[in-house]
This record gives sequence, structure tokens and C-alpha cells, in this order.
Amino acid sequence: MEAIHSPLPFYVMAVSLIAAGLIRLSKDRPNLREFWTIGAALVKFSLVLVMLRHVLAGQTFSYRLLTVFPGLDIAFRVDPLGIFFAVTASLLWIITSFYSIGYVRALDEHAQTRYFTAFAVALSATMGVAFSANLFTSFIFYEIITLCTFPLVAHKETPEAIRGARLYLTYLLGTSIAFQLPAIFLTYTTAGTLDFTAGGILAGKGSDTLIAIIFVLFMAGIAKAALMPFHSWLPAAMVAPTPVSALLHAVAVVKTGVFMILRVLLDIFGVDLLGDLGLGTALAYAASFTIVVSSVIALRQDNLKARLAYSTISQLSYVILGAALLAPAAVTGGIMHIVLHAFGKITLFFTAGAIYVAAHKTKISELDGIGRSMPFTMTAFTIGALSMIGVPPLGGFLSKWYITLGAVEAGQFPILIVLVVSTILNACYFLPIVYAAFFKPPQVAAPARSNPGHGHEEEPHIYWPWKKFGLQEAPILMVAALTFTALGTILLFFAPSGFLALARMIVGG
Amino acid sequence: MIEIIAGKYNYWIYISLMMIGFYAMIAKGNLIKKIVGLNIFQTAVFLFYISMAVREGSTAPILLSRAHGALTPETATYTNPLPHVLILTAIVVGVSVTAVALALAIKIYRAYGTLDEYRIAKLEQDAE
Amino acid sequence: MSLHFPVLVVLIPLFGALLTFFAGLFRRTWAWHITTYATLLSFVVSLDLLMSVRATGRISYWLGGWAPPWGIEYVVDYFSGYILVVISFISFMIAVFAGPYVKKQIGPERELNFFVLYLLLITGLLGMVITGDIFNVYVFLEIASLSGYALVAVGKKRGAVVASYNYLILGTVGAVFVLLGIGHLYMVTGTLNMADLRERLPDLYHSRVVLTAFVFFVIGFGLKFALFPLHTWLLSAHSLAPSAVSAILAAAVLKVNLYALMRVMFTVFTPAFVYEAVPITEIFFVITPIAILVSSVMALAQTNIKRMLAYSSIGQIGFIVLGIALANETALTGSLLHMLNHALMKGGLFLLAGVIIYQTDRYHITDWKGLGKTMPLTMLVFTIYGLSMVGVPLTAGFVSKWYLAIGALEAGRWYFIPVILVSSLLTAVYFWRIIEWGYFHEPDDPEDAKDRCHVPWAMMIPIMVMAFLLLFFGVAAFIPEGPARQAAAMLLGMQ
Repeated sequence: MEAIHSPLPFYVMAVSLIAAGLIRLSKDRPNLREFWTIGAALVKFSLVLVMLRHVLAGQTFSYRLLTVFPGLDIAFRVDPLGIFFAVTASLLWIITSFYSIGYVRALDEHAQTRYFTAFAVALSATMGVAFSANLFTSFIFYEIITLCTFPLVAHKETPEAIRGARLYLTYLLGTSIAFQLPAIFLTYTTAGTLDFTAGGILAGKGSDTLIAIIFVLFMAGIAKAALMPFHSWLPAAMVAPTPVSALLHAVAVVKTGVFMILRVLLDIFGVDLLGDLGLGTALAYAASFTIVVSSVIALRQDNLKARLAYSTISQLSYVILGAALLAPAAVTGGIMHIVLHAFGKITLFFTAGAIYVAAHKTKISELDGIGRSMPFTMTAFTIGALSMIGVPPLGGFLSKWYITLGAVEAGQFPILIVLVVSTILNACYFLPIVYAAFFKPPQVAAPARSNPGHGHEEEPHIYWPWKKFGLQEAPILMVAALTFTALGTILLFFAPSGFLALARMIVGG
Repeated sequence: MIEIIAGKYNYWIYISLMMIGFYAMIAKGNLIKKIVGLNIFQTAVFLFYISMAVREGSTAPILLSRAHGALTPETATYTNPLPHVLILTAIVVGVSVTAVALALAIKIYRAYGTLDEYRIAKLEQDAE
Repeated sequence: MSLHFPVLVVLIPLFGALLTFFAGLFRRTWAWHITTYATLLSFVVSLDLLMSVRATGRISYWLGGWAPPWGIEYVVDYFSGYILVVISFISFMIAVFAGPYVKKQIGPERELNFFVLYLLLITGLLGMVITGDIFNVYVFLEIASLSGYALVAVGKKRGAVVASYNYLILGTVGAVFVLLGIGHLYMVTGTLNMADLRERLPDLYHSRVVLTAFVFFVIGFGLKFALFPLHTWLLSAHSLAPSAVSAILAAAVLKVNLYALMRVMFTVFTPAFVYEAVPITEIFFVITPIAILVSSVMALAQTNIKRMLAYSSIGQIGFIVLGIALANETALTGSLLHMLNHALMKGGLFLLAGVIIYQTDRYHITDWKGLGKTMPLTMLVFTIYGLSMVGVPLTAGFVSKWYLAIGALEAGRWYFIPVILVSSLLTAVYFWRIIEWGYFHEPDDPEDAKDRCHVPWAMMIPIMVMAFLLLFFGVAAFIPEGPARQAAAMLLGMQ
């Protein structure tokens, strides 16, 4: 593979960092501030596309920013896996930016500047993880994500929000320092390097026990992947405003976790080593356990976002399961699930936010008949839910198909049962919502509130035209965003070729 | 056993003195008595240095010429002067330490009206 | 001129002290200015010395032209050069800070006392570092200690006087132990020059006298740098002294006493003796994890900021001693880097505590609600220091902990990794409390801090410079790593 030395990956990372500074400076001019957010998102995405073209042509980018001391570099490298994640995150950032603007303005949220600043920094760090060339760099960006999303989770500053945010921080920072960092130390002393290398760097470097210990430390240390028992930060983080949950806790933060697990599995241990030691199978069962148990827990949640959170925990483990099966088809499926789940789940979170803004409802039991007043939102919800279940012609079907193929290839038939059970459970916790929204009569006539957030009399600074159509939808920016992602879910089923090509490149080495 | 004690009695004296001083510093509640203990403690070390320098039948290290008709340098044994010099410095230091300690004791007395360690601790606790 | 730089390092602050005294009698503000310039000059000279060492190797300066081992020798090598730069830089920073701080918090009537004592303290510290004569170490140790005792008592708090008294008693015991150690060595070798001692001692390693001397050194210096469990004096002395004094005590005085012990361990004795003939490393392996963990837990229990920082110092000293005990180049490099980092971090944190107390007069972190809004710059800088204390990557604190952890693995002692990490986590908790109170809680009384006097830039700039260095040395760690690794290699006798 041809390597291009270019600072482009660094620029991609830095774009939103600069934007964060500009956002901070233009705190008194909301429109200018939002311009920076959107502008940075667009610039970032187009730079990613430029790199995507080269990567698809079989090239990689690499750039060494600086050497902290000999043996420890901050360096970037853009390979198929990295660009795959970067495209997903930067595309969805654009959409989420529009949605966020609608959300915070409709609710007239406080501390909007802090909100957008932290958001931009989080995206920078996500790109940093995607383009890291070694474990040290990815560890740094991993920690930055944790730290800069803290203000987002604690945004409401209520005691409950602070408690949730503290739990969030404790889990993510705690596990990364207590497990991931020692794993990095051990990798460094065992392999003598921290660079991600296709095929792994640990093979033949240490005893089996040592490798197994490093493996367990990594799996426990990357708590952002929400593998049980390190998952409870995710439901706790649901106190955040919904766009944060949508982008960060369905895409950026959690996908950083599974992305890093993929990286570690593929580029630190290597498929062969994992197969020899049987670690892949062990991980596959741990992931299966998470998939089933969190689906069962999701069934019992009445809070919509909490149910989505548990669904996320379960879906993340699909990615891990795919990779852990070690069969090419399964790994492809796992990687594809990153983007497919991202589109589906962000749609679901967007709808949850839209429902909150328009009807001020958070509980599933309150959603009876809401499909009549919010038809666009609930249609999008249905598409997202069906994609989660894995119904064709929606994106979610593809990844499940590949993982199933892989499980057969690997001869892991118990995993097939897990896939079937989880599909049934998914249907059980999503379909009743869809049914209630469209077919049950509304419980009480919802009071007409133009601005449910704080009850201000004045009109919010946003275009909100639905009343003249007799609908009670969220602002048009938000509805547009969720419609777009819902369409994306469908589109990905019919035209997954770009992502699939990348996934095949990753699996093929 | 007796030879060890008698033969190196200077060490035993310095160790005993040190322990006496140390005891006073730890066990006495009165701040002035602690300073006295500190002085004994330091003096013990001074004695150790001085006794180290001595040789049996030795004299002051002054170079005498034949013209004076007394001892010749070849036959004379000298006391090692260097430990004396070192200890002169150490004495100066010891005096300064004592001075600072006494000054602090005066300040403490003015602030608390007592020099008793336990009463001062109690006053501090009450103040918090 | 540059031929005499080694002696100038010590003479500049010494004559600065005299000049400060006389000039300060005429005009008080001169005291601050002279102190600042004297420490700056020392820093420049130290930096030049370190550069010369890089260019030409070890520098030996014969005081008064008397050849060692008869005369007193001043030695600048990678180790002493590195520490000289650290100490003189920190003392310069704190001197800049001290001007407005002393005027308000200590009072104009004692301004002069403060600066004269401060310069004498620096004289003693720099002298201890540069001298190659072991009795000279004792003399400078006492110069530094005496001015240190007086500085603790210079503040307005009456508790500080008692703390100073206790510090004096235990400090003098420590110094007398050092003196005894020197005496024992002199008794068997008849020399006081360190290089000479190193040559003569190996024949005598079986002797109990030498062993006794070594034990006296460890306990004597251990008392001075608050080696757990000899640390009790530190808590009250560091927490009750004025913040500028706490800063120099934590940043420089502890470091120099540690330096002196390392000098004795590695250049008077040999690593072979220290690591093989004496069970000192086993003892350190037991006490340092306890020190690190206990102090972190105790720090967590404090609400008085300065007491919390004092407890944290004991743990940080534990890290440095752990690196010494691990006995390999990586770990020792980590120790040396941590000496620099801890000097920057703890010095800066005490100064920051000083700034906050200066403006709000609040010692307890529970009263710091909403400081992120009333004192945004201070809180921002505080966050940087907190991150570095925890050891977050891209801060200097991470680099030294990295070296210590890798060093522990190299020594085959993986069980220190959990100790390092648990203490990092505890550190994260006790700093996070402050950051959360500052940023995510509303101030009890929003009008409170607004009308108070503005913090002078002379106080903020040193703190910000040190915070910048923490970040800079976090990403460009090779700059301090170079001399630190050279020094570590030299101490372990690899070069």
C-alpha cells in the first residue's frame, strides 16, 4: 500500500478545534457561532472525502506530528478502517449540527456556546482516534473525548445531571486509566512499539498468559464499547440533551470504543494470534452475552432514551461479535455495522429529541397516537426501528446478514441462536412503540405548546411552521435532519458499495 | 565486653548523651526543655568528632623547629586538626539553631501565653 | 568570567541577600527587585553551566584554587546541572510571584525579612547541589534549613510559628544525623571530598562503620525530604506557611534534600553497594507504595487546599524514591523527570492556592463554588495543573509516570503499576472535586469575588509560565528527558 506523507489528517482533526475557538469567540452572535459549526462540519467532511478517494485507490496517508520522547510519537495514519469511521462520523456531524441548532433554539437552552464548543472539540478528538497511527495517540484522543463530553452530559447542571456526568466520567476515565493504560505499558514493553500494524505486533513476542492478560485489560479498558459489565455509564449519560445522545452516544463516543476494539484486535493482536489462543471465541461469547442481556433490560425501560441506550449497548456488541468471530465475512459485517447502526440509531435518537421538543414527552407509555400529530417523525422512527431489527430493505439487514454468514463460516452455531434471539428481542422492544404511535388513540389531547422547554411567551428564534398544517412537529431543521438519516438508512441498503469496498479492504489487509 | 566498653568509652558517652538529648526532645512538653535537649543532642555529636581526632599522647599540630630544642616533627604525634575545624563550624551552626529556636519559642509564648506543647495543641484545636 | 560560574551560582544569591538587606532599608520595593534579578541571574548561570556540561563534560571548580581533596571542590555534571537549573528556575518564578503576595499576605513590615531569608534559602539550596565536598553539604544544608524555619514562621498565622518550631526540631535531628554520617565516613577514610570518598570506600564496604554512616544519611536526609513515615512535620509546615513559602519548600527544599541523598547513594557510595550490600531497596519497596496510597487517600479526606497539597507531596516524593529503588535507567530517568515535574506542579499549585486565598481568603475547597465564573483564568490554569498531577497524556505528569511504570516493568515488578494507577485515579478524584465545584456549581454569593482586588499580573504570570511548561514538556518531553537520562546513566555508572 502506497503511503502519502501529508498533514491532511492533522488538518481534518484540527478543523473543528479551530472552529471551537471561533465558536467561543463569537459567543455573543449566535448566527455567526452556528455558521462556524456548520462550516467546520462541511470543511471536515470534504477533506475526509478527498482522503477517501485516495484510500479507495489503495493509498494511505501518514503524518508524524511530534515525538514526545524517543519511542512515543503523536502520529496520524489514514487507512481504510480509519477513513471508514471518519466518513461516518463527519457526515453525521453535519446533520447533527443542523439538528442541534434546531434543538437548542427551540428549547432556548442555556450555555449554548459551551455546548457547541464542547461538541466541536469532541468531533476533533473523534477524528483523532480514527486517524491515530499508534496506541498512544489514540489513547490521548480517547481521553480528550471523555473530558470534553463531560460538560455536554452535565449540560443541564441539575444535581441529577451532575450525578450522571460524574458516573460517566468515573467509568470512562477510571477504566481507561486502570486497564487500558497498563495494557499499553505491557504492549510497549512486550512488543517494543505501539504502532498499529496490519497483522498485529504482539505475535510471538510474549507468553500466552501475558498476551491473554493484555487482551483482557484492553477489553476492560475500552469501556466506550460498553461491553458488559462496563456499560452502565451509557444509560447514565442519557441525562444529556438529545443531540448529544444522538451523535455522541450513538455515533462518536461509543463507536470510538468499538473502533478501538477493532483496531486492537486487527492491528495489535492480529487475527491469527487471536485465533491461535482462542481469545476471539471468548470475546464472541462475552459480546453475545451483552447482546442478549441488554436487549432484555431494554424491554423493561419505559424512558425512550433509556431504551435506546440499552439497545445501543446491544448493537455495539454486534460489531465486537463480528470482529471476534475472526471470519472474513463476520469482520466485514462487524465493520459495516458501525455505519449502519450509526444511521439507524441516530435517526431514533433524533426522533426521541423531536418528540421531546414538540410534545415534551420522554416516556414510551405516553406515546400513544403520537404518529397522528407527528407523522414525519414517527415514520422515521419506524424506519430506524426496522433497520435495528434487521428487516430488508434497510441497512441493518446487511450487517446481520454478513455476521450470520461469518458465524456459519466460523462454525459457531450457538452464535446463530444468539442472532435469532436478539432479533426477536429487538422486535419486541421496538415494534410496540410503532404500534402505539400509529394505531392507539391518544390518551389525552396534548396541550398545544409552541415552546415546551421553558414556557417563555416569546417566539423562539427558529422557523417552526407546522401549526398551519394542523401538525405538532418539531422545528423544520430537526425534522429535515431525521428524515435525511432515515433516508440514509434505506439508501445504505441499496448502495453500500463504497463502505463495503472499504470493509473488504480492511479484511483483505 | 568490658574491654569494648572501656576501650571505646568515648563512643558510649556520646551515644548516651545523644539519647538523653533525644529523650528530652521527645518526652518533654515544655518547648524550652526541648531546646535544651536539642543542644545536648548536638553537643554529643561535637564530642564524637573531637574524640575521633585524638591520639594517645598526641599534641597540638604546631610545627616546631629544631631551634626551639623541643620535639621534632618526626617524633611528635599530632591531634588531627580537621575535626576541630569542622566542629567549630558545627558549633556556629548549633548556636544559630538555638537562637532561631528560642526566637520561635518567644513568638509562641506571645501568641499562646504558654510554652506547653499540649496546651498549645489544645488552643489550636479550639480555634478551629 | 564563565570560568567562575560554578561559584557564582552560590555567590549571586548570597550577595543578593546582603544587597537586599541594605537596599531594602532605603526603599522596600528594591528588596523584591533585587531578589528577582538575583534569582534570574542564578538561573541564567545554571543554564549556561548545564550547556557547558553538554559541551565539555564534568566541570570541577577548585574553590580558592586549592586542589581537591584538600580544598573544597564544586562539581557540575549532568545530575547537578540539571537540578541546579530546576531549582534556580523555580526560585526565580516564586520570587516574581512573591512581590505583591508578600506585601498583602505577610505585610510590608516583614517584606524585607522575607526576601533576605528567601535569598539565603536559595543560597543554601544551590550550594548543596553544586558542592562536591560532603561537609560543605552539611553547611549549606543548615543555611537552607535555618532560613527555611524562619520563612515558615514569617506569616501572619500563629499556628505557623508552632509548625516552624516542630520543623526546626525534626529538621535539626535530621541535620545532626547527616553530620554523624559524615563523621563516620571521615573516621574510616580521612577525606571529605566526594570523589575521593568514592575511591576509598569500596575497600571498606564490609565495615560496620560505613554501613552505619549510610543508615545515618538515609534517615537524616529522609527526615528532611519527608520520606514516609518521617513526614509528620511536613503537613503542618507546608500547610500553615505562607503560600509562597509552601511553594518553595515543596518545590525546591524537598527536591534538594532528595538530591543530596541521591548524591550520597550514587556518587559517594556506588550503586553496587546500595543495591546489593544494603537492603535499602527492599525497605523502599515496602514504604513507597504505602506512602503513595496512604497520602492519596489522606489528601482525598482534606478540605483545606494547602493540607491536601501537602499530603499529595508525600505521595509524589514516594514516586521519586520508588524510581530510585527500582534501580534501572528508565526508572531513574522517571525519578529525575518527576523531580522537575513535581517542582513545577506543586510549586505552581501552592502559588495558585496563594492566588485564590489572596483574593477570596478561602482555604477550604468546599468554599470554592463557582470560582470558574468569578476567577476564570485562575481556574483554567488550575485545571492544567490538576491534569498534570493526575498524569493525563500531553502533560508533563504523564511522561514521568510513564517512565516509572515502564521502569517497574523492566525491573520485573509489575505490581507497582496498579499502585501508580490507583494513586493517579485518587489524584483525579481529589482534583476533579475542585474543578467540578469551580465550573459546575453556582457561586454561593455571585457578588462575592467581583469587587475584590484584582490579582496582579506579577502573581499570575509565573503560574502561567509554569503551566505552559507543564504542557510544553508534556509534548516535547525530549527536552528535559535528555539531561535526565544522561544523569541517570551517569549515576548508575553506565558511562
